[in-house]
Amino acid sequence: MLRGGLFAAGIGVAQAADSIGADAPEWMKTPGRSFSGYGMPAKSQDKVQRTFTAGPGRPGTGVSRTPVHLLEGTITPNGLHFERHHNGIPDIDPARHELVIHGMVNRPLAFSVEALMRYPMETHVRFIECPGNSGGYIGPQPTQASAAAINGLISCSEWTGVRLSTLLQEAGVAPGAHWVIAEGDDAAAMSRSVPLEKCLDDAVIALYQNGEAIRPEQGFPMRLLLPGFEGNINVKWLRRLKVTAEPVNARDETSHYTELMPDGRARQFMFVQSVKSMILRPSFGMTMKGPGFYEVSGLAWSGAGRISKVEVSADGGRTWALAALSEPVLSKALTRFRLPWQWDGRPSVLMSRATDETGEVQPTRAAWLAQYAPGQFYHFNGIQSWGVEADGTVKNVYV
Amino acid sequence: MFTFRAVLFLCLAAALQAQTPALGRALTPEEVRKLDITVAPNGAGLPPGSGSVSAGGAIFAQKCQGCHGAQGAGKPQDQLTGGVGSLASGKAVKTPVSYWPSATTIFDYVRRAMPYTAPQSLTNDEVYAVTAYLLSIDGVVPKDAVLDAKTLPAVKMPNKDGFVRWWPAPPR
Repeated sequence: MLRGGLFAAGIGVAQAADSIGADAPEWMKTPGRSFSGYGMPAKSQDKVQRTFTAGPGRPGTGVSRTPVHLLEGTITPNGLHFERHHNGIPDIDPARHELVIHGMVNRPLAFSVEALMRYPMETHVRFIECPGNSGGYIGPQPTQASAAAINGLISCSEWTGVRLSTLLQEAGVAPGAHWVIAEGDDAAAMSRSVPLEKCLDDAVIALYQNGEAIRPEQGFPMRLLLPGFEGNINVKWLRRLKVTAEPVNARDETSHYTELMPDGRARQFMFVQSVKSMILRPSFGMTMKGPGFYEVSGLAWSGAGRISKVEVSADGGRTWALAALSEPVLSKALTRFRLPWQWDGRPSVLMSRATDETGEVQPTRAAWLAQYAPGQFYHFNGIQSWGVEADGTVKNVYV
Repeated sequence: MFTFRAVLFLCLAAALQAQTPALGRALTPEEVRKLDITVAPNGAGLPPGSGSVSAGGAIFAQKCQGCHGAQGAGKPQDQLTGGVGSLASGKAVKTPVSYWPSATTIFDYVRRAMPYTAPQSLTNDEVYAVTAYLLSIDGVVPKDAVLDAKTLPAVKMPNKDGFVRWWPAPPR
């Protein structure tokens, strides 16, 4: 009946009004574009970019940061993985690149990329975090900048490659060996001392990142992947592993990534990135649209294993609620946590506090600072706080 | 047919467990010698050659000073000298001379990574000389010092004993 009436009303009006296209968006009324060899994000996502500042005269030295607050889930898209380079990204010809294992071994060996591709491979989701990440939290006043600007030196990928222990067994590690000196194929020949114990445990020579060949920024054709260890030691563009009895005190394990204690002595070889978390929604730069329902969402991780729980406070740490962890919760990988929040419109302070499977809990910022001499900023994993003001703005605050 | 395949697969699995691919190319000692640029704190890996403070000063002025300032005082890039004795002051100035525990690290790092725009271009003698010059600014070595594979690892750095190993566990 109703339908008949509609038809009747339509008669006499232009024929076009009869087509359903009148109210359809333009993209439904013309054929879409064709295929592409390598797909790109939607045009409206052009602000989702790494941010970076290269030093004057040193275009390839410094960092770029993952826009953590603009992403969801746990996997970092390959083009947005944070970067830390010491003299630029080398343009390596994979046909001329070899991985050499020598030193305290019975058989010094060189592996071509082609040869490594024939080895049994394994796949794991692992985070990599620069030990300088979140270093701004040592400042006397909270940095008013995005979560990416403060915490963007962390990314998480599904890495595939060859177990390093397989290659070391083929070379035959000699008695008395305890360390492996890793070296990159870049213009800094970046070098670090790695405990042999780690190399024989879960270390991988990574060849693939999220299903495609590892990106040049991440070490193409191969990088050392030491799950849970500080980013710098996951040597990119890996070309050489020298098995030794002692560490080498490389520049990047003395000058960098060591922390002075108040007595003037420095902690060295703090490899494991301790348990940590950050709230990303809401975070600095976002504006709450009035009281009502919001989902608090963030990331937690630990270099020691799985995240066991994340607690969230909306009242500056007086009370805490357990957040839900998105499955699967993987060892040494980013874990997404979420908690529904009914904001009453009053000033609030959001905090997250993670605990890992070893029982380690994030310290307060003050407790973290108390361990070190002034100015030390590597390996910061203190609890972070966002202040939500009555007008809906979100600021970085210290509690 | 399927049974046969299953048996074949198991045989292969057993073979893989028993051995690894062994696709590495054996390296000759000469190949290893050319590749191995690591210099250890005890001097292992240091090449023949030598360099004096005065020779190092001339090289530094020409190839390093533009980034690291006169006498390595810093700006626009890292400060390389000074800061000795500052580490427990609450206003620590960490430089290769004040902070690094091993003199060999300066040699190792300069030889592999410096100058920034032309890494691996210095001769071994030049690297010894620049290392000697940097160490002379704060008097870690005398102004007439000549460093080589024997004397460099013997240099006593001001912060030689200042590092505490946090691996495999913090000291108790």
